Amino acid sequence: MNLSKLLLAGSFATQGLLFSPLVDAENIDIQFINLTQGMHFTPVLFSVHDGATNLYALGAAASPEIQAMAEGGDISGLQAQVVAAGGSNIDDSAPGLLAPASSSEILGLDVDPDSYLSIATMLLPTNDAFTALNGWKIPSEPGTYTLYLNAYDAGTEANNELVLAGSGVPGNPGIPGAPGGDSGTNGTGVTNDESNAMIHVHRGNVGDTEADGGVSDVDSRIHRWLNPVAQVTVTVN
Amino acid sequence: MKNWTLFIKWTAILIAIPALLVGCKHDTRNYEVKVINLTQNQPFSPLAVVLHNDAFTPWAVGSSASLGLEELSESGDNSMFLIEAKRTLGRRSKINGHRRDNEVSGDGVILPGMSQTVEANVGGETVLLTSLTMLVNTNDAFAGINSIDLSDLAVGDELKRFMPVYDAGTEGNSESLGSIPGPAAGGEGFNAERDDVDYVARHPGVVTDIDGYTDSVLDQSHRFDAPVALVVVKRLE
Repeated sequence: MNLSKLLLAGSFATQGLLFSPLVDAENIDIQFINLTQGMHFTPVLFSVHDGATNLYALGAAASPEIQAMAEGGDISGLQAQVVAAGGSNIDDSAPGLLAPASSSEILGLDVDPDSYLSIATMLLPTNDAFTALNGWKIPSEPGTYTLYLNAYDAGTEANNELVLAGSGVPGNPGIPGAPGGDSGTNGTGVTNDESNAMIHVHRGNVGDTEADGGVSDVDSRIHRWLNPVAQVTVTVN
Repeated sequence: MKNWTLFIKWTAILIAIPALLVGCKHDTRNYEVKVINLTQNQPFSPLAVVLHNDAFTPWAVGSSASLGLEELSESGDNSMFLIEAKRTLGRRSKINGHRRDNEVSGDGVILPGMSQTVEANVGGETVLLTSLTMLVNTNDAFAGINSIDLSDLAVGDELKRFMPVYDAGTEGNSESLGSIPGPAAGGEGFNAERDDVDYVARHPGVVTDIDGYTDSVLDQSHRFDAPVALVVVKRLE
């Protein structure tokens, strides 16, 4: 009697030991690559959260937090949203600007089962282009997963393509900076209109080839891109 | 005795009718297809939605476009494309004597940032979804998904896909005032002459006047990168 009870308890304990690593947490690595030839990424938001949290929706208006990220590279609002929703933000290996064709990593991150990964960063030099991963369910199956991300237009600012100091503040039109130091000046402006005020796929920079003047302050030979603009590789260990 | 036979007959019929109805209903699969326009300034023509099987090939890269695809891509009129589908699938669309709405047109233009939802249903086990629409400020560009397999999509489940953009290859990309039917030009839609490569391929994008193509009626707002639309498919019952 006692023996059988003991055996029963023992088998539960063994099962518990066997299954606990799967149930309690997963361990993952994240690699994030800027695939563009000439665009910088602002400091990148990496967040892990539940399935009910979404940073944005395609075809819907951008939140003020998305706008701040897309126009000025400010991710603090999004980070606060994630924390308020019970999620967490993670520091990566390249906390500053992510240069063209370079990558950053997060290694050995423990996440709860059924967690979702979100990533967001602004493309420079642009008015309000960003690339993002919006609530991707982290698989429980060990393996390597590769995702490709598009560049989106937040729809909150007309793409005048003029590099102007202070334009990173939402509502101030312009490009807050060209980290490569390869932009022009004194452009007349590509447009003052935004035909699609919802989040949509970015049509790309126009640019021109004039360092002084022309329609745009960005260089059409350097600051154009085609989708995808970023690669995410998640390894579930 | 006669009354008894009649009674049994009627009882059998009364039992059989609901059984038949239930049987028919069981064989029908209903889907909701929603397409979001993710371009800056390319309105979409009314959506064409076809639920089909392997018997119908809507288009293939490297092959000549059908007349229906040519009309849809040059003018936005999907009626011939849907007739072609109906002709090919004629037998299948009428299962158990019931008509199925498996070749459906959306209602009206889809402006950038807006969406259109179409409901369609079909019988049978193999369900492939094709959906396409013209980018109306182009010569012959269309966005589409080709024969996406919905057979394993369970009731209530959702499937999301980006729509790439194709060139029908039936009209040269002159971008001229007379050749583009959309609001950017108001020119001619369908023309039976095929003055292009005459095979379907991915679209190279539009040049527009801002890149120095002075004959182009298009401006910077009409430029696009792929993908150009998001499709959300939901199985209703």
